[in-house]
Amino acid sequence: MAKGEIVAGCLAPHPPHLVYAENPQQNEPVSEGGWEQLRWGYERLRKSLEDVDYDVIVILSPHWQTYIGTHFVGVEKCSSKSVDPVFPNLFRFNYDLDIDVELAQAIHDKAEENGMAVKMMKNPDFRVDYGTLVSCHMVRPEWDKPIVSISSNRSLSYYSVEVMQEMMLELGRSTAKAIEESGKKCLLIASNSLSHRHFVTETNPPEDMSKEHITSHAMHLWDMRMIELMREGKSQQIIDEMPEFCEQAIAETDGGAFTWLLSAMGVPNEPAILHGYGTIIGTGNAIMEWPVRNWSA
Amino acid sequence: MNGEVVKSLIIPAHPHPVLCPEKNEGWQRVRDAFDDARRQIEESDADLIIIYSTLWPSVIGHQIQADPNPEWVMVDADFHDLGSIHYSLRIDSEFAKSWNEANIARGLESRTVAYDGFPIDVGSVVALKLLNPYNRIPAVICSTNVYSNRAETTILAKSCMDVIKAQGRKAVAVSVMSLSNRMFTEEIKPEEDRIHSLKDDEWNRKILEFLSEGRLEDVSQLSRTIHDQIRVKKVVAFKPMWWLSAMNANRNDLTGSVLAYEPIHGAGAAVVVLDPESNGTGDKEYDEDDVEYYGGDRDVLDSSSKVINNESNNAGPDLFDPVEGENAVNSEKAPKPVGAYPHARREGDLIYLSGVGPRQPGDNSIPGGPIKDSDGNMLDYDIKAQTRAVVDNIARILEEAGSSLDKVIDVTSFLVDMDRDFQGYNEVWADTLGQVGPTRTTLAIRALPTPIAVEMKVIARA
Repeated sequence: MAKGEIVAGCLAPHPPHLVYAENPQQNEPVSEGGWEQLRWGYERLRKSLEDVDYDVIVILSPHWQTYIGTHFVGVEKCSSKSVDPVFPNLFRFNYDLDIDVELAQAIHDKAEENGMAVKMMKNPDFRVDYGTLVSCHMVRPEWDKPIVSISSNRSLSYYSVEVMQEMMLELGRSTAKAIEESGKKCLLIASNSLSHRHFVTETNPPEDMSKEHITSHAMHLWDMRMIELMREGKSQQIIDEMPEFCEQAIAETDGGAFTWLLSAMGVPNEPAILHGYGTIIGTGNAIMEWPVRNWSA
Repeated sequence: MNGEVVKSLIIPAHPHPVLCPEKNEGWQRVRDAFDDARRQIEESDADLIIIYSTLWPSVIGHQIQADPNPEWVMVDADFHDLGSIHYSLRIDSEFAKSWNEANIARGLESRTVAYDGFPIDVGSVVALKLLNPYNRIPAVICSTNVYSNRAETTILAKSCMDVIKAQGRKAVAVSVMSLSNRMFTEEIKPEEDRIHSLKDDEWNRKILEFLSEGRLEDVSQLSRTIHDQIRVKKVVAFKPMWWLSAMNANRNDLTGSVLAYEPIHGAGAAVVVLDPESNGTGDKEYDEDDVEYYGGDRDVLDSSSKVINNESNNAGPDLFDPVEGENAVNSEKAPKPVGAYPHARREGDLIYLSGVGPRQPGDNSIPGGPIKDSDGNMLDYDIKAQTRAVVDNIARILEEAGSSLDKVIDVTSFLVDMDRDFQGYNEVWADTLGQVGPTRTTLAIRALPTPIAVEMKVIARA
């Protein structure tokens, strides 16, 4: 069996506003658009991946929050309606998706071998979190690829950014090893925003772009710094600066997805492609791609 | 009407007491305590259960569930292997809407939600499954705003009480929360469960000691310390005690009873019942600002069509320091006059107040919003909020004079829009001065000096 591989890694933020603005038939609310800069960024990402052959999407979302280790969806068919408890006016999404339970179990097992607390989620009534749904939909709206859904272990809440990163670096290595042994080609997604301070009021309509901007100059500076580091391929520096970034930008990278992604790709020195940046209800969001498939071994 | 909170509860949020109490003796004791609390509610004359859930975070202000019958299957994000909980709840959607309106009137960002498939949080599902299994009593559920702090949380409770009183409801107030919330970060066997650390256990026991003595406001005032000491930082502050204490008028002399205290996967799970009867130990001084209206960082998008507490829009005449004449009574807690006169004047056994409006001392803001902007364009405003503010200002001036609201004997009220405002004004009157029983005359007038809709002229006994 050929070695499995990661064809690309993506930073793919999940604010439900993006799906709301796209008006897909699965989502109940109807919008007049909005957040085009980001949606066009996702369009460029989809174009970049158009001819790339892969078998499965592996995604870690901060909106499946677990406190007792890292969990993996272990149900082959997931079908239900996801309603965002924070923005239910924007996201009521009917989904029907396939889970690659075999690969999920393999990553679970590999992480367990490496000393991590892990658990398979086998309850058929479980609803897939909206972060996973939004990011997957924006990256691959055809929903023709199975996914591996990984929870966000909130170890930062219990310990520190440093401990969170140690755990996510290990999970990333376990993920990469399990993928290699699986023989599958995988697209990895870290589903998170960058700076994450929201406005606490909402425009009417929510897609009124005349009111959309970053919440503060400091947040902007941090977002640009992180994007620049990604563009320069300085993954290790990103990891090193993560504690300050999480604290000062209230960054959603605190959920571990970004560190996990960088680790799974081997903490690359290769530059990432910026497909788009924009704010959503004040938070900073970048759509980035690491085209691992193009890197020489 | 005489609505009130007839019982207050603090309950844990984990699904274990519903799904598997038999697996651990402590979990069973928590379940038994839930059953005891349910019986106490059933034996009371409660007609509404109000849940403030720390397991339902919100960003856009506070959200209040208004779907009359939310139904779904709940699976816990961590404890999914324990099973599913089917729920079909009875929500008092009219109360939810009224609470939402009251929040907005007090300057809070707030909205109701009513969507098929909305994921009711695990804490609320557990609470209603065990405390109200047959939906005998309608319920209402409110979120916890992740950014809110004490002022907003306190006002959230006050606006809830506005509605309870206006509707004459007998409410049970429920805070869904753990005490210490640090769980074990790995799987444990049920029989191995214990409070995560001795420090957490000691803090939990101190909190429960206070609550068993009915000292709810003491615990409320310790909220920030508790957050620092025994709370995993999932949100920006430990808020449920602020809400629950404000629902009980920040009292410290309730009658408390701890029905259970046990670990659930390391977190502190307690079932506590607080009754409004005074335990006789005496109340305490309320030593934090008693906020009534929210005027904080809520208009960051500059998009609100309804301006509340916005000083810049309160165009009006110059303000004066109150005149210090013979027998004058002036209060720093009352808004400055718009002319050269005192707030009140004492003559013999009587106190005569100058006309009192809703403007707030200090920032001159108008609760419920001004009636027009500086260009003379009419604005939407809340007559109830303005009327309540008038009564509050009257109370402050009377207090300065050594008198009080219950000594008011005659009132002349002025409304700038009788057709629009009389009903709302009258409702607040009924809940406040109407309870005292002064004579009253209400007049329609063309305008008042500031952009307000209501003013009152008062005579009271000294």
